[in-house]
Amino acid sequence: MTRAGWRLASFAVGALFIVVWQLLANAHVLSPVYLPGPDRTWNALLRGFASGALSDQLWQTVQRMLLGWLLASLVGVAIGAAIGLSAPARAYLGPTLEFMRPLPASAVIPLAIVFFGLSDAMVLGVIAFGAVWPTLLATVHGFAAVEPCLYDVSRALGLSRLAVIWKIALPSSLPDILGGMRLSLTVSLILAVVGEMLASRPGLGSGILVAARTFHSADLYAGVVLLGGLGYVTAQGLFALEARLLRWRRTAI
Amino acid sequence: MSRLRGLAFPVALLVMAQVAAMATHLQSYTLAAPSDALLAGMHAVADGSLLIATLQTLANAFGGLALGGVFGLIGGILLGSSAIADRLMEFSVEALRPIPSVALIPIAMLTFGFGFRMEIAIVAFAAFWPVLILTRNAVAGIDPALLDVARALRLRPFARTVKIVLPAALPRIFVGFRLAAGIALTVAVTVEVSTNPLGLGYGMILAEQSLHPDLMLAYLVWIGVLGWGLNFAIVHAQRRLFGRSALAGPS
Repeated sequence: MTRAGWRLASFAVGALFIVVWQLLANAHVLSPVYLPGPDRTWNALLRGFASGALSDQLWQTVQRMLLGWLLASLVGVAIGAAIGLSAPARAYLGPTLEFMRPLPASAVIPLAIVFFGLSDAMVLGVIAFGAVWPTLLATVHGFAAVEPCLYDVSRALGLSRLAVIWKIALPSSLPDILGGMRLSLTVSLILAVVGEMLASRPGLGSGILVAARTFHSADLYAGVVLLGGLGYVTAQGLFALEARLLRWRRTAI
Repeated sequence: MSRLRGLAFPVALLVMAQVAAMATHLQSYTLAAPSDALLAGMHAVADGSLLIATLQTLANAFGGLALGGVFGLIGGILLGSSAIADRLMEFSVEALRPIPSVALIPIAMLTFGFGFRMEIAIVAFAAFWPVLILTRNAVAGIDPALLDVARALRLRPFARTVKIVLPAALPRIFVGFRLAAGIALTVAVTVEVSTNPLGLGYGMILAEQSLHPDLMLAYLVWIGVLGWGLNFAIVHAQRRLFGRSALAGPS
């Protein structure tokens, strides 16, 4: 079978799962209060977009996620570059960074609430804090792993420090940085949803929580489907960006 | 020496916070001196509340890891050993995997109510994916010569899986479990902070809402130590079991 044929077959399997979901819902395996079928979920999606409620929530969540992610990426690359370029900084700060990395980002939410209250700034701060680690650590690693010969070349050419960073260190650590930023984006979406739930800021996170508390299961599943779609689109988008920005690597090797 | 230099930064930070708190005679509902956080932490240890919360969080994290890990392992072996199954499931995996685990909080809440079942279900979903993907890649990537041996020995599929495929793929499967363990703890704390009244995450929220910043900070540091310790233990076990080479791959 051809590649497209297999792809179609895998769509068919996906459709089969949806049919099974529909049959389970129709058979009332779980009360329809808890488990809507794909038909009701689809109707809730259409209704939500027609009234604009769902599209508003989606937009709010997307904004939060992207803003937090950009903030985290800027801070992560800047601090990561500073640490990665200097061996003493790595020796003094490295262990602290290694300690912070496995810390669940949501554990700083109570602290953020204390400082910012239940506000948009709190949610943004938590997203930025949580999403900064993958990018920061990847940048440190990327900058520390630059081929030492390249630094010798730059010295021979008499490049300024800024030129060394911009022309040599940054491009050569770009694969690491982009990999870290991809992870950061996933973390951003998760923390945007959690932050909205906790602080009751408008968005898909608070939307699905309210839907669950009021037993609007169709709206709940519609929101979850939309969040899955958002996760899929952002991940694919970043893969595409990565392939585009790293085109030079394939020809260079 | 290098270890001392690594300690210098956090120690300096703590000393500065302590001096600042003492110089300003800190009386606050939002901040606490490191010494007060330490005292509050020792109180929580003494009255057993920290231990109970830790056990609850770990029960949820490991319960979810076990459940999601078993399903991920079985699914990964199936997808890894059958190219047909892998291609047929491609779209379904692609469609379900990007759903953020926290999006399932309301669904689990509606289905199970609060408690262990709800949290374990969410952790299991989150832990399932890294195990599934890394097991699939590990099984699909084992040396074809080993499969020829299995064919020559006329092993049945089950014997082939248990005696040849799993041992050969184990180091890389372990990497999947290592990633999943970190995710499991993170998701467990997240569910507790956001909704479920159990464990360390809820303890932190409770301390924050009852205006005990010292206890809240103690919980935060303890969660950090727990996450770091878990990661350290698993990396250590990995090195013991499979040697240094097994540490390659995403860390």
